Amino acid sequence: MMRFLLIAAAVIAIYFLPAGLKNYGIYIVTLWSVYVIAGMGLNLTVGYAGQISLGQAAFWGIGAYTTAIALKAGLPFLAALPLAALLCFGVGLLLGFPALRVQHHYLAFATLGFNILVYLVLRNEDWLTGGSFGINNIAEPTLLGWRISRPLDFFQFTWIATVAMGVLMALLLRSPWGRAFAALRDNPIRAESVGIDTTFYTLLAFAIGAAYAGVAGAFFACLVGFIEPAPFGVNTSLSMLLMVIAGGSGRFFGPAIGAMIVVLIPEWLRFAAEWYLAIFGVMIVVMMVWLPGGILSLPERLRGAK
Amino acid sequence: MTDFLQLIVSGTATGACYALAALGFTLLWQASGTINFALGEMVMLPAFIMLFFIGPAGLPLPLAFAATLVVSLIILGAGFKRLVVDPMIRHGVIPLVIATLGLSIALKQTVRIVYSAQVYTFPSIFSETLLSLGGAKLSVSDVGTVVIAGGLVLALQAFLNGTLTGRAMQAVAQNRDAAVVLGINAERMVLYAFLVNAGLAATTALLVTPVYLAKFDMGDTLGLKAFYAAIIGGFNNSRGALLGGILVGVLENLVGAYISPGYKEGVALLLFLGVILFKPEGLLGKAEERKV
Repeated sequence: MMRFLLIAAAVIAIYFLPAGLKNYGIYIVTLWSVYVIAGMGLNLTVGYAGQISLGQAAFWGIGAYTTAIALKAGLPFLAALPLAALLCFGVGLLLGFPALRVQHHYLAFATLGFNILVYLVLRNEDWLTGGSFGINNIAEPTLLGWRISRPLDFFQFTWIATVAMGVLMALLLRSPWGRAFAALRDNPIRAESVGIDTTFYTLLAFAIGAAYAGVAGAFFACLVGFIEPAPFGVNTSLSMLLMVIAGGSGRFFGPAIGAMIVVLIPEWLRFAAEWYLAIFGVMIVVMMVWLPGGILSLPERLRGAK
Repeated sequence: MTDFLQLIVSGTATGACYALAALGFTLLWQASGTINFALGEMVMLPAFIMLFFIGPAGLPLPLAFAATLVVSLIILGAGFKRLVVDPMIRHGVIPLVIATLGLSIALKQTVRIVYSAQVYTFPSIFSETLLSLGGAKLSVSDVGTVVIAGGLVLALQAFLNGTLTGRAMQAVAQNRDAAVVLGINAERMVLYAFLVNAGLAATTALLVTPVYLAKFDMGDTLGLKAFYAAIIGGFNNSRGALLGGILVGVLENLVGAYISPGYKEGVALLLFLGVILFKPEGLLGKAEERKV
């Protein structure tokens, strides 16, 4: 109960907090919120189903482009959003099926290559995606006739969606399905021997994770108003994976903490100018050596060290 | 037709370089279960070290290569094992994957800052002359690359199968505990695998950089192609890496020339997906028993 109240207080605080920020600050917080959605999906794949996916940004991109194209075609945001999610779910099934049939680390390579392929399609298929010029003037979303144009309103809209996706994820994890996900991460062979179809559940976890990225992409497209292939490359997939691991993979609030690291640390490291990515890389290595369970495992780690 | 032949030969040369890097990757995976995502950077770094030895240090290319080889063995072989892999390997594969990704970012960005994002030309060990073969013009460097890379792969296979040390390395890869019981120094064998990987990476740099040119992000595509080559050919077979590498190199060239240059980079992925759908152990690999 205490825990529930704390979470509720945090959710409400975050809803009102950015009111005092300037537009750039609100943009950063909204970006964080979008990353949290994509991160929750990836956490399902990585943390709960125990697979490495390096293609989350590709699904993020598919979601963003689907939304942009649907909005250009005159569809309302509330129709474009499920379209983006469903498309990512379907593509996730198609990609995951061959990769998960064999050894599990193959998914890492399949998703990595898939991300590159998606990037190439976004860059080369001018008729659909606008090529390297991208798609600009993406319409602001309208809800039941209300046009969401102020940055703060858009943040609050995104945050509500993030919380809703979080609740959905929590329900999923508590359902028998969710228990099956955890079982196959902890001991896949044992899970299989008690009658869990491991391939089916892993595939499902991966596809749901992809759908979350699609939803995040839809919000991202409306947040930036202009999309081009660059943000959907492999580097973003790496940051997303990093975000899940750094926060604590397989922990529900891991992606929220991890997204903070990925969005905020580059802002803080600006003083280091061109060195910041190099420092970032070294920090990752050091953290993995010292704290492989992520930030949320810090209390356990400190207790263990005593 | 002559174009076709030239595409095949230059594709084979590129593919042979993929194969060299792929082989190092396979060795590390077998010896220690390490998936090394900094593989591409382990080719990029020696290229820049060599440039340093050639430029500011003023050494001729063969000496520069020898010096680079030594530095690579120390830093990318033993150092990588001691500082990054050893502390993490007991936590399983995922933290190590993330750590090597972090390492790849750090290496790339450091080189970008020191050498800037500029492209550097790199001297070739081969002459620029062209061989004439039935009307087709073949470059000496393509043919030479294939010969050197192919020779190295076969030599390495002979070493692994024919010498006591090589067989001990294989024993550790197959069953570490049993190997230790038989008196094999498993730690040492794993270290050898890391050293061989570093040596292969430095050699790949020597062969590939004259064509790819030295740039801080040259490792990105190279590393990925090497992974695919390893899986396409078969993870547990060193000739498999050679076959996989050459297939990827040749098909890329053909797709780039005859279908669409924009999708050249997607060839390896499609080949990879096809292989894992129909022959998941790789074209030359043997199916592995699953450990409970």
